[in-house]
Amino acid sequence: MNDPRTIALITSVLALLTAATGVGQFLKRHPDRGLDAAAVRTFNLRLRGWWILCTVLAAAFWLGTTATVVLFGLVSFWALREFITLTPTRKGDHRALFWVFFLFTPLHYVLVGLNRYDIFSVFLPVYATLFVLTRVAVAGDFKRFLERTAKIQAGLVVCVYCLSFAPALLQIPIGSADGAGHSANFRLLFFLILLVQFADCMQYVWSRMLGQRLVAPAVSSSRTWEGLLGSAASTALLAAVLWWAAPPFQPWQAALAGLVVAIMGFAGGMTMSAIKRDRGVKDYGTLVVGHGGVLDRIDSMCFAAPVFYHVTLLVTGVRP
Amino acid sequence: MALPAFDDIGMLSPADIPDPAASAPPGGSSARSPVCRAAGLGLAAVARVLAGASVRWIASQPDTCQRIYFANHTSHLDALVIWSSLPQAVREVTRPVAAKDYWSRGIVRRWLATEVFDAILIDRTDIKVHHSPVDLMLREAGTTHSLIVFPEGGRSVTGEIGEFKSGLYYLAKKRPEIELVPVHIDNLNRVLPRGEFLPVPLLSCISFGPPLWLERGEAKLDFLARARRAVMALKE
Repeated sequence: MNDPRTIALITSVLALLTAATGVGQFLKRHPDRGLDAAAVRTFNLRLRGWWILCTVLAAAFWLGTTATVVLFGLVSFWALREFITLTPTRKGDHRALFWVFFLFTPLHYVLVGLNRYDIFSVFLPVYATLFVLTRVAVAGDFKRFLERTAKIQAGLVVCVYCLSFAPALLQIPIGSADGAGHSANFRLLFFLILLVQFADCMQYVWSRMLGQRLVAPAVSSSRTWEGLLGSAASTALLAAVLWWAAPPFQPWQAALAGLVVAIMGFAGGMTMSAIKRDRGVKDYGTLVVGHGGVLDRIDSMCFAAPVFYHVTLLVTGVRP
Repeated sequence: MALPAFDDIGMLSPADIPDPAASAPPGGSSARSPVCRAAGLGLAAVARVLAGASVRWIASQPDTCQRIYFANHTSHLDALVIWSSLPQAVREVTRPVAAKDYWSRGIVRRWLATEVFDAILIDRTDIKVHHSPVDLMLREAGTTHSLIVFPEGGRSVTGEIGEFKSGLYYLAKKRPEIELVPVHIDNLNRVLPRGEFLPVPLLSCISFGPPLWLERGEAKLDFLARARRAVMALKE
């Protein structure tokens, strides 16, 4: 962990967060600057979230690959909980759900931890699907059968399968190219998380500044085409500037990864908005009062992780 | 806010209220072993994580004073999860009232019910006037214990809150000074539906509302309807 690039990355992130916290506190103390007080509060809350995120990630990275895989596994489990809680299920789904939570989700993360790409890449999309279809059919309730099984399937793919590609980045053999061993993989994962967060932020900033044309007003009242383009461009730029932190990339490859992450993050946000709109809730945190919504935090990540993973394989030519 | 209706009719005189020290059953909290206490703590933690219960106190505060918590009944987990949502000091003096036919079956359940939760088991098949469950509950509660009751008398099948049985009214009438705290349980029926024995870890919510009392001269049906509305009001 003490190679120069890792230190440089940690220092940049710490400097950025400290500077942002300073600005946030300054704005909070000087409400007369003409800035929207609610926006300042949101900004400060977000910052607090990032400090927590960075601390937890640093602890997990320090503890190693297994700890990081377990951490992501727990996040997946919790997100799936929120997803299924929000989705109406029938009693006939109960047994299938039990196995989904207590067998398929943990076993998938075990396969990720063991670096069995050949199995984990098909385990949930194929075998869990077959199981869920069969188990629900055997339970004997055929009402809205396809709809119910599709919901469970969508939850598994988004919350568990897609998200698990983030810790799977730790298993790609790129360390040798960089000469930094395992810390190169951690930098790659952190690079992805940074880009996802940054893209989310930029989307908001560009929408506020230039937003004119809403992409789908009925689904999201804040996501605009200008926000998407602005976020894609700025994220690609940031990725190109930070290319040295992500081991296998040339600057143009990093920019491509940034572009893809921004677009996929947008896709994740839109998808989750559509589901929430359909269920009539504002965010997953309020569907059961008192719970902070994990799914609200990770929707962009879920969509970006698998694409980032495969882009990395594609442009660098390494095999999992 | 309603004040307790001190009504002489039907109220137990102090002599009727047994001395808790004398009447404490063998499994009572005073005699609980460290193993059972540890099991209680562990079980409360597991129940809270597994049922993902978020706990809300709406215009209400946890307190060790004598209370009757009454809730809608949706799942076998209800009593356990309400009990787990209480702070430990309150939990120590709170006893769920549960069906004997379910909780005395098998060694584990019986041990949990009698030693860990210190539950009051009611035989639903043997309810007679001279053997009334209300009297049994009040006798077991003494002057210190709080109770958790489910006035619907059984688990709801549809998820709707059924009509309340009259037990809650007689409890309130015989001991009008006890606080009656409405509790609403949301989504636990999906965690462990009727007829299932393996839970699915969805998120649930337990809401405690402001206490109510039987008003002076309030009719039985009016009171039961008011109590039911108090539970339903906690739904949102």
